[in-house]
Amino acid sequence: MNAMTKPAFDIARIRADFPILSEKIRGKDFVFLDSGASAQKPLVVMEAMLHAMQHQYANVHRGLHWMSERTTEAYEAVRDDLARLLNAADRHEIVITHSSTEAFNLVAHSFGRGVLKPGQAVVVSEMEHHANLVPWQMLKDAHGIELRIAPITDAGELDMAGLEALLQDRKVGLVSITHMSNVLGTYTPAERIVQLAHAYGAKVMLDGSQAVVHRRIDVQALDVDFYAITGHKLYGPTGIGALYAKRELLEQMPPFMGGGDMIGSVTYQHSTWAAVPHKFEAGTPAILEGIGLAAAIKYVEAIGYPAIASHEQALTEHALARLSTIEGITIIGRAQDRGGVISFTLDRAHAHDVATLLDRQGIAVRAGHHCAEPLMHRLGLDSTARASFGLYTTMGEIDALADTLIRVREFFQ
Amino acid sequence: MFEDLRDLYQEVILDHGRKPRHGRKLEIFDATAKGDNPMCGDRVTVFVRSNQGKVTEIGFEARGCAISIASADLMAEAAFGHTPDEITEMAKSFAAMAHTGHSDDPALETLRPLAGVHEYPSRVKCATLPWAALQAALADNGNQGVATSE
Repeated sequence: MNAMTKPAFDIARIRADFPILSEKIRGKDFVFLDSGASAQKPLVVMEAMLHAMQHQYANVHRGLHWMSERTTEAYEAVRDDLARLLNAADRHEIVITHSSTEAFNLVAHSFGRGVLKPGQAVVVSEMEHHANLVPWQMLKDAHGIELRIAPITDAGELDMAGLEALLQDRKVGLVSITHMSNVLGTYTPAERIVQLAHAYGAKVMLDGSQAVVHRRIDVQALDVDFYAITGHKLYGPTGIGALYAKRELLEQMPPFMGGGDMIGSVTYQHSTWAAVPHKFEAGTPAILEGIGLAAAIKYVEAIGYPAIASHEQALTEHALARLSTIEGITIIGRAQDRGGVISFTLDRAHAHDVATLLDRQGIAVRAGHHCAEPLMHRLGLDSTARASFGLYTTMGEIDALADTLIRVREFFQ
Repeated sequence: MFEDLRDLYQEVILDHGRKPRHGRKLEIFDATAKGDNPMCGDRVTVFVRSNQGKVTEIGFEARGCAISIASADLMAEAAFGHTPDEITEMAKSFAAMAHTGHSDDPALETLRPLAGVHEYPSRVKCATLPWAALQAALADNGNQGVATSE
């Protein structure tokens, strides 16, 4: 330790910010290792939403009264927070959605049908969440867009040569790939993907649902065209997410859903569209959730990505080391650059049985195909158990998982 | 550590889950159907051979947890010699037992070890999936339907 060292990452203080973490499950400590599915919420998020409901709530963007104006200010502030979070050059490049799933559907609809031409292709990888696969399948069927699947290696890394081979004929209009796998924990080399795709004339969309929770994202440095995130994995509420998109692309794209809030003027037969980004935001938005997400973003920023990343890297290394030594456990995915999402199988028991036994000790993990069924087939598996970490996860919780897994295996002998 | 789980994972379940006696496709069968729980990923294909209106053999191919495989295997034994109508009644009784934890239906005697699932709401569907598939197979005389218990 030297005088320049920043104050230590105070895990006890952080955990105190998350009331649910002190709950007991059947009398046992709640060991929550399922943050990759949805993270727990700090008090500041709840307080921001409660405060809005108690003191500052009306519909946004339309009222001429005091309460509506104040609520609009509070809600629109999340767009600034999102722009800062992702380092977008312009707040108009942030479309507020209800989820990253909506962001993919928006791009598949508006960019896919409005900008891509039949005969062009979209590339996804073998390790995508269904949210970054199914919308492209629907586009393929409706609009004659070819869907190409970029291979991964057996270690669970994107096969860059395989990706480049798919781009050679220059038919690919969009490469849409995860920035961090929700199953394997792999970070993909986003900068290289963007450079490669752009060299072949393709735009790039990244699924940042997992990555933005753990690493500082800079969409300008990445030069990425579309970036999708969701709020509830980032310690915010459900029902709120965002799409970053370069402004020139948003300008070219037709609206996604029609309704209030996204129009310029409306007659019985025709409408004109609101300016970017509002033309992609039909209907009353998730106002309270937006206010909650703004609080979550500030919470994460106050702790700081460097501190979060180093804590989570230590957790991940410890977890990989401990789980690797347990007989019968196979860790799925061995990427060099990886984060705190660890899938594994146990030789003697199905993942669901493992999850049920862990749950009896208060340990929450996910088990199943993790909304990535084709990846499971690619790996020759039908399900895995998955432990995923958040900024509040402790070394002790990882030890509890490892110690309990040894007992689970004994149980099924 | 897991003593309270012995209600769910009784020895007979662990045994049938590990070494199912009927876990194979029948070479000759009169009816088959798939059971698929897409949310959790469990799948089972049931093959049924009948003679003179009674089930004479059941085989299955499954991927899933110990509960679903043990349930399929115990079902194969319990359904032996019964008519489709009787099996429909057994399936109803079994579903009720999986939800409530008890049953006074004597036909379910060998299935009683599975009653423990009622305390695990997310696992009830594991136990009932093979029964959904069996009913689908018998419902339409050799159809290729897909049943679910989700």
